[in-house]
Amino acid sequence: MKKYASDWKVVENIRLHSNYCLLKLSMDAVIPEMLPGQFVQVRVDGSQTTFLRRPISVNYIDRNKNELWLLIQLVGDGTRNLAKLQIGETVNLLYPLGNSFSIPKTINDDNVLLIGGGVGVAPLLYLGSQLTSQGYNPTFLLGARSRKDLLLLEEFQKYGEVFVTTEDGKSGEKGYVTNHSILKKKHYDFIYTCGPSPMMHAVAAYAKQSGIPCEVSLENLMACGIGACLCCVENTTEGHICVCTEGPVINIEKLKWQI
Amino acid sequence: MANLKVSIGNLSLKNPVMTASGTFGYGTEFLDFMDLSCIGGVFMKGTTATHREGNFYPRMAETPSGMLNAVGLQNKGVDYFISHIYPEVRKYDTNMIVNVSGSTIEEYINCSEKINELEDIPAIELNISCPNVKQGGMAFGTNCQSASQVVKAVRNVYRKTLIVKLSPNVTDITEIARTVEAEGADAVSLINTLVGMAIDAEKRRPVLSTVTGGLSGPCVKPIALRMVYQTHKSVRIPVIGMGGISNVTDAIEFILAGSTAIQIGTYNFIDPAISVKVVDGINEYLDRHGFNSVEEIIGGLEK
Repeated sequence: MKKYASDWKVVENIRLHSNYCLLKLSMDAVIPEMLPGQFVQVRVDGSQTTFLRRPISVNYIDRNKNELWLLIQLVGDGTRNLAKLQIGETVNLLYPLGNSFSIPKTINDDNVLLIGGGVGVAPLLYLGSQLTSQGYNPTFLLGARSRKDLLLLEEFQKYGEVFVTTEDGKSGEKGYVTNHSILKKKHYDFIYTCGPSPMMHAVAAYAKQSGIPCEVSLENLMACGIGACLCCVENTTEGHICVCTEGPVINIEKLKWQI
Repeated sequence: MANLKVSIGNLSLKNPVMTASGTFGYGTEFLDFMDLSCIGGVFMKGTTATHREGNFYPRMAETPSGMLNAVGLQNKGVDYFISHIYPEVRKYDTNMIVNVSGSTIEEYINCSEKINELEDIPAIELNISCPNVKQGGMAFGTNCQSASQVVKAVRNVYRKTLIVKLSPNVTDITEIARTVEAEGADAVSLINTLVGMAIDAEKRRPVLSTVTGGLSGPCVKPIALRMVYQTHKSVRIPVIGMGGISNVTDAIEFILAGSTAIQIGTYNFIDPAISVKVVDGINEYLDRHGFNSVEEIIGGLEK
């Protein structure tokens, strides 16, 4: 896929709560094709302590409004600067980067499960919307530390049934996603997951034990985002591969995780 | 429109702007963002005699105005380069230069001999300054005796333009520069990365799997500039300057300090088309100051 570098205009920058913002961007040209699971490299200007672009997953593309959504967790100075962007300001992106989630051809409509944790739910919204538009009826299982960390629930509900876990039990079932009762009640044929590393390991272990194909979206530290620097590598059955070009989506069969 | 052409040994560059090894892949990765024919050359990813997996993740740490890397020369080896990469990159309308790395003198010789046979590779950059491999690499470039041995050995088998990439992790870089000049290097390029370290205070652990790594980016520029200045005054062969170049002003500063050509490295990650912008900017600078050619300002600091 052809990659681009261009300036985008901030249409909206919504602070979801103290730690997250939803940045909606647009541009004059029609947004080119972007696949679920792909990401963009966001340039951050004027940040004292950061230097590199920030890799952020495509959260959603609103084709009617020609908008790209980025769901951003405020972690350091780079992302905090992005949260301060005002409507009308511009931000430079490299896009679309990375591979994508694979959409299986031979399963029942209802048997795809998308498991997200924290800000890792971001790429699953766009994946869910794409699955729905292709006739699937995806199920979402979203985990968070507390109720306030559950992000964009009403958006997910547009594309499928949503189950929730929180660590304090104040929303949905108490505990982790891998303990949710839905996993015992129903068999799934394909699992996609993105979230904190311990969560993805637990989901991958569950999928492997249950014999369910599973794709994870990794968030390795990255510099260039286009396969030039070889910094973001993951050790796989094929050796060190760049998460930015051969990922971020990787089938668990290929990973060398101890699961 | 000033004349931007410069020469390095037998190598003719349409302009003095090139991209640094390890920051530009094989050039292919950047084709969507820029036209390679607009720049003087591309120094491709470090190539070794045999396949290397590189170091374990994490290999990168961001630092103020820069980054540390500890990639460790991950590449598929020279034979793979010749069979799979060379057929593609030889078509590019610019100087495609192989950065040759190794752990032993035999490895450097083996790799250089094979590259010598490739018609469309006009030069090599001998990397005696990689800080991220356990054996060899920087060890060759940090004392005169081993630098002399490896350059002499490669000079024996490599007939085209030989550029030697120097390490800044030395007491006196000019001493190494003079040594490699005496062994027949056609040019020196500097600086490679500076050895540094990052610590995660919360985890009380080093960030990099290798503990230390190579620092690059705008934060190293003043050191690089000083070393280029000193080296230019101390050798007769051309100096290719690099270290934190992020815009045209930085590039001009390196040329004024004595660089015949420059390489842009880490900043390619921030702006993949930066090298073309720097070419345009050099042209504009020369016109604005009434120079007819870039050669007029090489080492051209006012007294």
